[in-house]
Amino acid sequence: MLSTKFTKLSKEEVDRKWWEIGDFFRRNSLWMLMYCTGCCAIELPPAMTSAYDMERLGMGPMATPRQADVLLVTGYLSLKTLRRLIYTYEQMSEPKYVVGIGSCTINGGIYHDSHAVINQLNRYVPVDVYVAGCMPNTEAVMNGFVDLMGLIKTKKANGWKDYHARNEWYMANQKAALGEVKVHDEFHE
Amino acid sequence: MITNILFGVGVAFFGFVLQTSIAGVNRKVVGRVQKRYGPKWYQEFLDIFKLLSKRSVTHGWIFDFGVIMALGGIIGTAMFMPITSDLVAFADFDNFFIFVYLIAVGMLGMAMSASGSGNPLASIGVMRALTTMLAYEVPFMIVVLTIIKLTGTSSVTGIAEFQQLASNNWFMIALPLGGIVGVMSLMGMIGKKPFETYIAPAEIASGPMVEYGGKQLGMLFIMHEITVFIEVSLFVHLFLGGAENVVLFIVKYFLVYTTLNIISSVYGRFKIDQVVLFFYKWPILMAISQAFVAIYLGWVI
Ligand code: SF4
Repeated sequence: MLSTKFTKLSKEEVDRKWWEIGDFFRRNSLWMLMYCTGCCAIELPPAMTSAYDMERLGMGPMATPRQADVLLVTGYLSLKTLRRLIYTYEQMSEPKYVVGIGSCTINGGIYHDSHAVINQLNRYVPVDVYVAGCMPNTEAVMNGFVDLMGLIKTKKANGWKDYHARNEWYMANQKAALGEVKVHDEFHE
Repeated sequence: MITNILFGVGVAFFGFVLQTSIAGVNRKVVGRVQKRYGPKWYQEFLDIFKLLSKRSVTHGWIFDFGVIMALGGIIGTAMFMPITSDLVAFADFDNFFIFVYLIAVGMLGMAMSASGSGNPLASIGVMRALTTMLAYEVPFMIVVLTIIKLTGTSSVTGIAEFQQLASNNWFMIALPLGGIVGVMSLMGMIGKKPFETYIAPAEIASGPMVEYGGKQLGMLFIMHEITVFIEVSLFVHLFLGGAENVVLFIVKYFLVYTTLNIISSVYGRFKIDQVVLFFYKWPILMAISQAFVAIYLGWVI
C-alpha cells in the first residue's frame, strides 16, 4: 500500500520536477528562428503553410533570436554567414536547440570540397537534431521536429549545456575556421 | 476595501483567462480561414508558460522595471473594468476617462522598457505605436464623446444600462456611422492586420518586442492579453449594450473578437503614413458627421 505520509523532497528532486513541467511547455511550443542560408530553405514554406501546417505542433516562426527556441540551419554555411550564425546562437535565451537540415550541415554534402563553406556544423555550434537528405522532403523535416520534441521529453536535447561545458573546444574550432569571430561593422568603422 | 481590491484582481485574472482562451480559439479560426488545421485551443497558455520557464537576459534595470510597470499598470486598469452592470469591483469608479488615463501607464512602461533595450528597431516600433495611437484615438474620442453627450454620463456601466432600456437601441445601431468608426478604431487599438504597423515582424522584427526573450516577453504577453481584454470589453459596453449576465458578456466578447480576427486575416499591412492618413480621412469625417447628426439634428435611430 502506498504510504500517505508526507516526505519532504530534496532540492534536486524539486528542481527536477519543475524542469519536467517546463519541458512539457517547451516541447509543445517551439518557436523557430530560420537561418535560411542554403537551398534546403525551400522545404520550409510547405511545412509552415496549409500543406503540412506545423502550427498544429505549436511551432511558428519568430522574428528575432531572443524570442526563439529553435535555430534552424538550412543548408550550407559560408564562412561569412557562420560568423553571423554564432552571434545569433549566442543571443538566444536558454534552453535553446539547433536543428541542422540537409546533408550540407552534416558533412558538407555536395559542397564538401569547397573552400568557401564549412563542412560539419556541430564543430561550431552544438546540433540537437539532423535531418539528412539533399534536400530532405517536407515529411522528413516535420519528422525532425517531432524527433526534437521526443528528445526534449527524454532530456536528451542537451546541446546548449554542451556549449557551456565544452566552450573552449567550440571556441577553438570557430577560431580555426574564421580567424576572428567578431563581426566587423564595415559601415561605421 | 480589501474585498474590492481582491475582486478587482479577480476581474483582471478573469480577463486574462478569457482573452487567452479566445485568442487560442481564434488562432484555430484563422487557421481554418487559411485551410490549415490550426494549433490547440490552449496553445496561447502553453506559449506564455513556456516563456516564463525560460532563462532570459537583461539590458539594465530600466528594461526590467518597465516590463513590471507595464504589467502592473495594465492589471490596475483592468481592475476597474465592469463585466456586467452589477459585477464591478469599484462601483462609481468605472468612468471612461479612468480607462483612458490608466491604460497610458502600461503603454508608457512598455515604451520606456523598449527604449531601455537600446535597439534602434525597438525605438522605431515605439514611435510607430505612439503615432498609430494618435491616429485612431481622435475619431474614437469624437464618437465616445457623442455617446457621453447623448447619455449624459461617462460611467461605462451607466452607458451600458442606458442602452439596455427598452426605448433605446445599442449604439452600434443607433449611431451606425459611429459604430463603424468604433470597429475601425478597435482594430487599430488591438493591433490587427491593416494597422499592425508597429509590430511588423518582417519589417522591423516585431518592433518594441525585438530585444525581449524569456520571462520579460512572457510578462509582455500577459500584458498584451489583458490590454486586449480591456479594449474589447470597452467596445462591448459602449457600443453593444454591455451585458446583463456573464454568459452574455462572453458571447458578445467572443463575437466581437472573432469578427475582427476574420477581417484582419484577409488584409495586408499598411505603412505607417497610410495608417495615419487613413484614420484622418474617412473615420474622422464619419465621426464628425455622426456627432453633428446626432447632437444638433437629434437623429438617433
Ligand atoms: S543539402 Fe543539398 S539542398 Fe540542402 S543546402 Fe546542401 S546542397 Fe542545397
